[in-house]
Amino acid sequence: MVLLIQPLIPALRRYARALMRDPSEADDLVQDCLEHAISRWRQRRADGNACAWIFTILHNLAINRLRQAAHRGRHVSIEDAGDASPSSPATQEDALRHRDILQALADLPEDQRSVVLLVSVEGLSYAEVAAVLDIPLGTVMSRLSRGRERLRQAMEGEAVAKPIGGANLRRVK
Amino acid sequence: MNSLPITEDDLQAYVDKALDAARQVEVAAYLDGHPEVAQRVQGYIRQREELRAKLAPIAEEPIPARLNLVRLVDRRRRSRVIWRQVAAAVVLLGIGWGAGWSVHGAFPQPASRGIAALAQQAAESYAVFAPDHTRPVEIRAVDRPALVAWASRRLDRPVTVPDLSRSGYHFMGGRLVATAQGPAFLFMYDNDHGTRLVMLTRHMIIDRNTRMMQSVEGSVVGFTWADKGIGYSLVGPVLPEVLHPIANAARRQIERNI
Repeated sequence: MVLLIQPLIPALRRYARALMRDPSEADDLVQDCLEHAISRWRQRRADGNACAWIFTILHNLAINRLRQAAHRGRHVSIEDAGDASPSSPATQEDALRHRDILQALADLPEDQRSVVLLVSVEGLSYAEVAAVLDIPLGTVMSRLSRGRERLRQAMEGEAVAKPIGGANLRRVK
Repeated sequence: MNSLPITEDDLQAYVDKALDAARQVEVAAYLDGHPEVAQRVQGYIRQREELRAKLAPIAEEPIPARLNLVRLVDRRRRSRVIWRQVAAAVVLLGIGWGAGWSVHGAFPQPASRGIAALAQQAAESYAVFAPDHTRPVEIRAVDRPALVAWASRRLDRPVTVPDLSRSGYHFMGGRLVATAQGPAFLFMYDNDHGTRLVMLTRHMIIDRNTRMMQSVEGSVVGFTWADKGIGYSLVGPVLPEVLHPIANAARRQIERNI
């Protein structure tokens, strides 16, 4: 188990950090993931893919935490929220171009962000991503395509924005 | 050449170099003829490289001590040894209680009673039987009618085996388990990832009707309740928010069949 999982820890930390953004929260998550993996090692399918398996655990834990955080985030009364919103209003420039691709990534919807990260950065195959996220392959492809296009538009500004898919390209299964 | 039309999926796979060599050439040829699409695809390739470059340093950082896998495995092993000692102590306490009872002595009672005792027994049964690869159950799912008949006879009550397949858990089978409160029946389930759940059911001496309680033993979560004198505890190594609806579904099915 150590031999199979140990080499994946750097990638797990990277994925966790990209999702959570806060380094210590991300490492908490990885620790949680490793503890789960240790306790469930014997229940995993012996012929299964260890990489997809552990990313599944990490992803599910991350989503739980993010949802809990989002849930907590809503407990702000209307009076408190007022105009002192925690994030500063976006400037014209921000709307046109994000200097930081990680910020642009953080602005993607959660489902697209996961697919873009797992495919582009972690180098998982499309089938592995489908297994990790427990979604059909076609959904992986459409989220990847939408996520990449949105990210590209965010990075390159509205000027180059084109309808997704171009003129005559259609996604076929 | 009569090749298939280029799809959006082909373009994504081109970015990820996931196409076979022949298709890669076809997509490249298509992009040569369609500069607007080519520009978009170039954008994706740049984006992929930029993301990798920005996030690469994280993977190169030295791994913090608390994520040392060997240490984590070791810590769990030690905690399990302690847990086993606790379990042994509980057994001894049980024997002591039994002996005390037989001479009507006034020995201290076991730490947990009623619903808490059932939750603990379910977690213990899980720890003993779920990791077993040779014979996790005594009677397999194919002999379900025989198992149900046997359980109903021993518990002197018609027993329902909940169907958890809608939650992705398939019935594997069951076995008879001994508890301080008499015979109990264990039903085991697993899902496609090999995660196993255990349900333990037996007569309740106290806490004969209680609402559902949540418990945690190490990484094993449990939901336990009692209805009309029969207790049920569903345990497994899954998050409470996952297990709770499954336990609710099991309870509904049992209620319907009583």
